[in-house]
Parts: sequence; C-alpha cells; structure tokens
Amino acid sequence: MDFPILTTMMLVPLAAAIACLFAGQASRVIALGATLVTFGLGVMLWANYDIGGAQWQFQEKYELVAGFSYALGIDGIALMLIMLSVFLMPICILASWDSIKKRIGEYMAAFLFMEVLMIGTFAAQDLFLFYIFFEAGLIPMYLIIGVWGGDNRIYASYKFFLYTLIGSVLMLIAMFWMVSEAGTSDIPTLMQYDFPGGAQTWLWLAFFASFAVKVPMWPFHTWLPDAHVQAPTAGSVILAGVLLKLGGYGFIRFSLPMFPEASADFAWFVFILSMIAVIYTSLVALVQADMKKLIAYSSVAHMAIVTVGLFAFNVQGLEGAMIVMLSHGLVSGALFLCVGVIYDRLHTREIERYGGLSINMPYYALFFLLFTMASIGLPGTSGFVGEFLSLAGIYQTSSLVALVSTTGIILGAAYMLYLYRRVAFGDQKNADAAAMKDITAREWIMMTPIAAVVLWMGVYPESFLAPMRADIAALDAQLAAAAPASDAALASGEPLSEAANAMEFEGHDGEGQH
Amino acid sequence: METQILLIVFAPLVAAIIAGLGNRMLGNTIAKSITTGGLFLSAALSWPIFIGFLTGTHTAEVVPVLQWVQSGDLTFDWALRVDALTAVMLVVINSVSALVHLYSWGYMEEDPDQPRFFAYLSLFTFAMLMLVTADNLVQMFFGWEGVGLASYLLIGFWFKKPSAGAAAIKAFVVNRVGDLGFMLGIFGTFLVFQTTSIPEILAASAGMSGSTIGFLGMRLPTMDILCFLLFIGAMGKSAQLGLHTWLPDAMEGPTPVSALIHAATMVTAGVFMVCRLSPMFEAAPTALMIVTIVGAATCFFAATIGTTQWDIKRVIAYSTCSQLGYMFFAAGIGAYGVAMFHLFTHAFFKALLFLGAGSVIHAMHHEQDMRYYGGLRKAIPITFVAMLLGTLAITGLGVYHLGAGFAGFWSKDAILEAAFARGTTTSTIAFWAGVTAALLTSFYSWRLMFLTFWGKPRWIESEHIQHTVHKTPEEAGEDTTGGYHPHESPIAMLIPLVVLSTGAVLAGQVFAPSFIDDASFWAGSIFYNENLIHALHEVPYWVKYSAFVVMVLGFIGAYIAYIAKPDIPAKFVGTFGWLHNFVFRKWYFDELYDAIFVKPAFWLGRQFWKLGDIGVIDRFGPNGIAAVVQRGSVAAKTIQSGYLYTYALIMLLGLIAAVTYVLL
Repeated sequence: MDFPILTTMMLVPLAAAIACLFAGQASRVIALGATLVTFGLGVMLWANYDIGGAQWQFQEKYELVAGFSYALGIDGIALMLIMLSVFLMPICILASWDSIKKRIGEYMAAFLFMEVLMIGTFAAQDLFLFYIFFEAGLIPMYLIIGVWGGDNRIYASYKFFLYTLIGSVLMLIAMFWMVSEAGTSDIPTLMQYDFPGGAQTWLWLAFFASFAVKVPMWPFHTWLPDAHVQAPTAGSVILAGVLLKLGGYGFIRFSLPMFPEASADFAWFVFILSMIAVIYTSLVALVQADMKKLIAYSSVAHMAIVTVGLFAFNVQGLEGAMIVMLSHGLVSGALFLCVGVIYDRLHTREIERYGGLSINMPYYALFFLLFTMASIGLPGTSGFVGEFLSLAGIYQTSSLVALVSTTGIILGAAYMLYLYRRVAFGDQKNADAAAMKDITAREWIMMTPIAAVVLWMGVYPESFLAPMRADIAALDAQLAAAAPASDAALASGEPLSEAANAMEFEGHDGEGQH
Repeated sequence: METQILLIVFAPLVAAIIAGLGNRMLGNTIAKSITTGGLFLSAALSWPIFIGFLTGTHTAEVVPVLQWVQSGDLTFDWALRVDALTAVMLVVINSVSALVHLYSWGYMEEDPDQPRFFAYLSLFTFAMLMLVTADNLVQMFFGWEGVGLASYLLIGFWFKKPSAGAAAIKAFVVNRVGDLGFMLGIFGTFLVFQTTSIPEILAASAGMSGSTIGFLGMRLPTMDILCFLLFIGAMGKSAQLGLHTWLPDAMEGPTPVSALIHAATMVTAGVFMVCRLSPMFEAAPTALMIVTIVGAATCFFAATIGTTQWDIKRVIAYSTCSQLGYMFFAAGIGAYGVAMFHLFTHAFFKALLFLGAGSVIHAMHHEQDMRYYGGLRKAIPITFVAMLLGTLAITGLGVYHLGAGFAGFWSKDAILEAAFARGTTTSTIAFWAGVTAALLTSFYSWRLMFLTFWGKPRWIESEHIQHTVHKTPEEAGEDTTGGYHPHESPIAMLIPLVVLSTGAVLAGQVFAPSFIDDASFWAGSIFYNENLIHALHEVPYWVKYSAFVVMVLGFIGAYIAYIAKPDIPAKFVGTFGWLHNFVFRKWYFDELYDAIFVKPAFWLGRQFWKLGDIGVIDRFGPNGIAAVVQRGSVAAKTIQSGYLYTYALIMLLGLIAAVTYVLL
C-alpha cells in the first residue's frame, strides 16, 4: 500500500457525511456509495494484510502536541473488527432506505460519522486518540436513538449515555496515570510495558468500568434493552454489531496485555458476572413479549461467552471470544434486520401480533431460521465455531465455569425457538400479519451477504482465524506467566490392566452353539 | 472408494439445497425426483461398500474434505471416515431413507408443501451421514446437531398445528440437554488427549484408565467422567430414560419422518456413538455400568408405557425407546457387535412397522387412535401382511433348535444371552429387565395388531371418519363402519413395505454370522470381546428359550385380553386404576419436568426482569442518578429535547478541552 489506506477509509465516509448534511433526499445514494467504497477499501486492506508479517501493519504516524500523536495501525484483531464494521455499514444504509422519513440527511451523516469513529477506534495506536474515537462514537449513536428513535427515546438515549460515559471517565483518569508512568501514549509500547502489580489492580478496575458497560456485562446491562427497543432498525444493527464489540476489544487490547496479573486476579470476578449473565439474561429473554428486547437480552448472554473466553487465558478462549464477537455482530445484526423487516410492515415489535409467517413469507422465514440457528450455535454456522472454541478454552481453566456457561446452549435454544415458533409457526392469527408480503429485492440484498458470511465462518473459519493467529499467540505467551490455576488438571495414574468388560471364558461346557 | 463416499454423502445435500431453495419454482415432481434420485444413488453406492467389508476386500479409509478449525493445539477438519462400522450405518441410513423418500410420494401426495418436505428429508440424511463418517468428535457433533435441526423441522413440518410447534421445540431443547454433556465431554477429551481425532483418542484411552481429573471441584477417574459426559449426549439423542420425553411427542411429524428419523436412524446415533468409542468406554468401568443400567431401565420402562397407549404411533414410539434400551445395555456389557446388529435389524422392522402404521393411518383418513380401528385385515391386506411380518420380527419369533427365525430373534436373543453370559450383577439385572421387556413387547405388539386388524370395525366412532362419511354414530346405527371403505395404499407406499418386509424376515438369518461371530468383519472398528461371544453361545437352554417363552406368553395375554375376553382390559383398569394411570400418564415425567424445569424457568425469568432489572438495577442505577441530577438541571432538559448539533459540539469540545488541559 503506497497510500495511507486507513486514513482514506476514514476520510471517505467523513466527506460523505458532510455532503449528506446538505444533500437532503440524495443523501441515501451518497451514503450507500460512500459505505460501499469504504467496504471496497476494507477488502483491499484485508487482501494486502500480510498474515505472518509484522505485528502492526499499515502504520501512519503524525506527531501532534505534547507527545500526543495521530497514529494509526492495525493487527489481525483490529483488521477483523474493522471488516465487520465496514461490512455492516452499507447494509445499515439499505435498511434505513424507506423507513427513515424525517431529516434523512442528518441521519445518514450520523451513520457515516459513526463509521469514521469506529474505524478510528480499532485503528488508533495512540491512547488518547483511541479514547477520543471510543467515546465520540457514542455521540452519533446517542443522536440516532434520541432523534429517530421510538416513543420513549429520550429516556433510552439518556440511559445509554449515562451508563457509558460514567465508565469512561474512570478510564480517562487511568490513561493519564499510565502515560505519566510509562512516558508514552503509544499503544504498542504500552502493551509491552510492565506496570507494577499494585497499580495494575486499580488501572484494571478503571478500564473495567468502561468496558464492562460497553460489553455489557451483568449488572451493567440494563441500558441495552432500552436502547435497542427505541433505536431504529439500523441503529440496533450497529449497536449490536459493532458498538458491543468495543468492550471486548478493550479487554483484549488493553486489560489483558497491559495488566496481565490484575486480569488473572480478577478472572473469577469476571467469571462470576458472566455466569450470572448467561443464566439470568437468558431466562429474562424467555419471558419477553417484545422481539427487540428478547434479542437484546440474548446479546448479553452471548457476550458473557466472550468474557469467559477472554479470561480463560489460553489460545482457544481468546480466539473463540474473537469469533463469537464477529459472529454475534453478524447474527444479532441480522436478527435485528429480521425484526425490522416485519416492523416496517406492521409497525409493532410485539411477538403476539405475528404468527404463521412461514405461510405468507416463506423466504423471510428461511432467513430468520438460519439466523436463529446461528444464534443458538448450530454447527456449520459461525455461532458454533466461536462458542465451541470459547467454551473449550474455559473448560481448561475451570470445568465449573464451562458447565454453567454451556447451559447457555440449552437456554438459548429455548428462547430463540420459542420466539421463532410464535413468529413463524402456528396459524395466521391476525389478518394484517397474514397479508404481509415476502421480502423485497432490497431486503434480499441486505440478508444474503450476512447469511453467506455466517455460513462461511461456520464451515471454513480459517479465513478469519488466520489473520489473528499470530497476535493471539503473542498475547497468549504474554499471559502465560499470569494464568490462573486450572481446576481440571489431569493427574496420571497406573492404567487398569484390562478392559472393563474383559472376562474369562472356561471353554465349551455349555449347551451348544447359536 | 473415494469418489463413491463423496457422492454418497454430498448427493443428498445437493438435492436438499436444490429442492429447498427451488421449492415452488421447481414444482413438486422435479423436487421429489431430485431428492429421491439422490437417495437411491447413495443407497446404490452404499451396498457395494458394505459388501466389500463383509467379504473383507475393503479396508478402513479416511477421505479428507476441507480444513475446518485450527486454534492452537485444537484442530479438526472435515473428513469422511469409512470403516466396517460406518459401512453398516451407510446401508441402514441410505436404504431406509431412499425407501422413505419413495413412500412419501404416496403418503404426502396431497400436501401443498412437498418440495420442502423432501428437502428436509434429504438434509436429514446428509447430516446423519456426516455423523457416521466423522473422523473426529466435533464433526460427529456437527452431524449430531444437524440431525437435530432436521428432526426439529420435520416434527414441526405441519407448523400450523400448535402441538407440532411445541413438540418440535421440546425435541430440540431436550436434545440440547444431552448435547451439553456431549460438548463438555469433547472439551474434557481435548484437555486429556490434546486431540479430538477419534482414532488417536481410542489408541490412547487404555493408557489413561488409571488417571484422575478435576471436575467441578472433585477428583474423578478420567475415563469414567469423560465417557459419562459423552453418554449424556447419547441419552438425549437416543431418548433414554430421563431424556426420553421428546420422542413420543415427536410423533407429531408426518409418519415417514417417524419411520426414518425417530425409529431407524437418528435415534440410534447414541448407540452408534458408544460403539464407535467402544475402546474408550472399555477404559471406563463405572461409565459402562451406568450405560447398562440406563439401557436396562429404559427397555423396561418404555415397554410398560407401550402397553397402555391408544395412539398407534405412540405405541411404536415407546417400542423404539425400549428397543434402544436393549442396544445400550448390550453395549454396556461389552457386546458392541451385538448392539450394532440389533440396531441393524431394528432399522428394518421398525421402519416397516412405522410405514405400515402410516399406511393404516392413510387408509383410515388420518385417524391414529386404535380404539377406532378394528377389522382392517381384509380391507388393507398387503399392509396387514407387512405389519404382521414386522410384528413377528420385533417379537423375535424363531426357534433355536431349528436355527431359523425373524430378524429380532437373532439380534434380541443374542443381547439377552450376552447379558446372561456376562455374569456380573448389573448384567444379570439387565438380562431380567430385558426378558420382562420382551414379554411386554410381545403383549403390546400383538395388542396393536389385534386392535387394528381383528375384531369388529369401530370406525364410525372416529371423528375423522365421521367427517368423511358425513354421519354421526347414531345415524350410522348398526353399521359401525359408517359405510366407510378403507383403501389399500398406492404402489409407491407398498414397494417400501415389501422391501422392508424382506429385511425384517431375512436380515437376522443372513447377517448374524458376520455381525456377531466375525471379529474380522469389524476389523477393529469396534471393541470386539471374543470371550464374551464364546460365552454367549454356551448359555443354558432355558436362557436361550426364555425370550421365546415370554413372546408366546405375551401373545396369549394379548389374545385373551383383546380377542377372547375383550372386557378384561376395562376390568383391570377398574381394579388397578392407580397403576394404569401411572403407566398411561407415562410415569408422570412430563408433569414432573413441567413443574421443576419449565414453570420455574418462566417464573425466574419474570422475577429477574421485573425485580432484578427494573426493581433494583434501574432503580438504584440510572433512575436514581437521574432523580438526583434532575433537581439542578432544568437547562439540560431543554437541550435534550432539541438542539442536537449544539449538544454534539459541546460534548466534543469538552472532551478535547479535557484532554489538552491535562496534557499541557
């Protein structure tokens, strides 16, 4: 690459965003074009990423004031999350094509700004640059919910903002301390820096305050259902698809490499919150009457599998967590699109209003089924690979945490299939729901790419694992010294002398042959 | 063999995709031809492979397909393994599936959604083939869950019926309970062996038999805990006691589905798994004891319920459950070849019984309650003969000294003999449970035959028939047929009945020498216990005749109760109402699970939501803060409701100001 591709990927949507502010109705086309160009650049980025090459690639650096610099660069982990963001963005624009009526220019601009900030967050190599992108990402989301949201949007956007901001104030303070201690705000350098044990504890907690809200972990999750319910469809897609990944990315980029000892000390704290989340939020999802709330609660349960995987302190756990993040980004995004499809037709998210959609919307029912199955981790879909690796990782650290977390596969099947049954199965109860038309060409174009990637990641996840392999191996090596003791350790013993059903046979003294 | 096996496995997948996505655009005939053609191709290619292993010309082979996952030391790929054990499963799956596809041409003739049905059937077959050709535990799990998906879709095929939707979810979720065990078993296996490759695990199993491992804070024998976890998976898929509740409800699906998935193939996956991993289980004495006990308990328990049900399909469903119990305890005592042999013969006669029942249901206008059958012998003679042969096969008619008998005689009697010959306490319990279950099997099977094919027609009592003939029982008066004329099924349904009947008669006689006595046939694909097989042949004559005697007793009992003195069942129910109720209500498992799992889950969900999230977290979290903040911030509120650019600007400027301030 002989041009600064990362900056270009941010400039394209930025320019388009500004154009959209003044373009009115034409902003749809501008936004779609810009996000597609950015996606194209993303594909170039991936194609030119040298697997097995330098840890940090496509680096750009310009010194600004007082050691603070505009520094970009990515490793495999960041690459995959950037790909997720730029892949989902054109789909979001399409999802908003007809359903957004008011202030369309500003709406598209908000999405494009968000794309800039998300790419920036994953590509930032300077601590403060990261912080600015990370926190500023809230603003467009806050506006999308607050302006284009549902009836109760003010409360939802307020709750969303309050939760996430309070966490990040603590993180900012911790960052100042780190920079003054290490003398640099360069993230790669900080990842190698050996912070003293005592300081690690409170630094870890300060970062945790921010990331735990973003993930979100129980009990910091209650903003999520409200935000999802009020957000327009595309807002939910980005929220679930990318913003929820910021927390996990924060853990893997900051907490684990920078504070390995504190991470090990707090591993059980994370496990306990995650175990509660799996059981608690799954059961809550089971009793929801609102589709979006149900999927929002299921997100919390899925992200708990990410956190147990991250803190399993082994390669499978880390890679599993990353794949769960990518998969959840696609699958829950797709599920919100599925909700959006029927919401656009009937303007209600209430599950009971639907029923028997397999009859009048067979292709819709097929997509919905595929994403439901991916959500409950059916092998062959992306959901399985992530969940399986993550849980295989945690089993090596604690069989108890593995057992409790794996119950998620039972509860997940229960609430998702219960949802699917009420929406797609049964008889057609309401005439208006029965009269709905099957998905349109635009909706086909939105769903098909996600479905294809979900299956691709399920059947041949190597494409996604390979770029991250070296980075995760390096992180694993860095963590090895601090890893918490395993409770599932094997103790060898003298093998039994014979097979369990081995028996003597005294010869032919019986009563004949069969 | 490489090309053949790829074709065998992937032809059904391709057919399923074409038929499923093409759906109405293709039309019924094309979709049905593609799927059925694909399956007949797979079946035709499977038999030469099986015969190759039978004659010893084939050896085990692994065909790599695609890399799957590589994560640190944990790697597993897509690959197709073919050995003797797989070959047995290949012929069972593809033969029964091909016949069921053909049968469905007739049975589903009037259904508006035929391409979808055939696509699901083929998809199921593909998943099942992936399961039995798996070379590593994870691909086995892929097939395992894939068949679960197909089963879910087919049980819920008539999704407009609320009961079908409920049964589909129940099947999936109960199976997931088993899968929890399976998954933990795989995790544990990887932890211990650092691989998920089945041959590597089996080779290393014996060496691990004395080790211990930590599990939930306890230290337990490694192999016992791993095998126990994997067996929980097998219990779910094969509907063993405790995780069996989904199988009878699965009868909501169309009858060809019950024959293929819920009798001949999918439900035997658990038995297949234990046999595939037999060298591993042989290093786990305690786990094997559990396998034996669970199998024996299921074979008895399910048989008791079978004697009281009225729905013809439910009787056969409980019968399946019971027969699977036989296979498990055979595996538990180390007679894996015999267990596989029963799996093999059972596939033929149980598919036959289900398809026969389907033919009866087809003739009786979708009536499934045997109380409204009667006297059908003459109306549907071919179906009758097929069901008769199936019944003789399942009850195990055969005489030891003649060396001749129906399929069930060869396989079931061998299981009982092996259990007796094994000589441990658990195996003796299993033997007696098996003999008792054989008595009950004979009773309920003949009860089904007598109620359906003998006696006077009671058809007019059926609502389905009333709708057809437009008469109430009163209007029909003396004529209890209501003037209804059941018709024999079309030829597409009769051909499978004839083919399977041949299997039910001959499969035992022809293949017993290979499956039971020939270690070289298995060629190391299962743990083969030479001494047990010798001992099995040398058991006393009373053991060898015990199954025959109880079969005759069961027949006589059913004859007296349902032909000679038909008032006996009612009297029995009058006298022992509590016992009948207990058995008729399926030992109250559904009620129990509803009370301890389903209801509490919903109750807890509501409590966590209303009290936890809203009552505590929100109240003291964001809402609490809001109440404090709101007092001093009327201004903030005005901004919130409008000027968004100002707001965004303030936030951004504030942020940058804060950063630069501290830095400078």
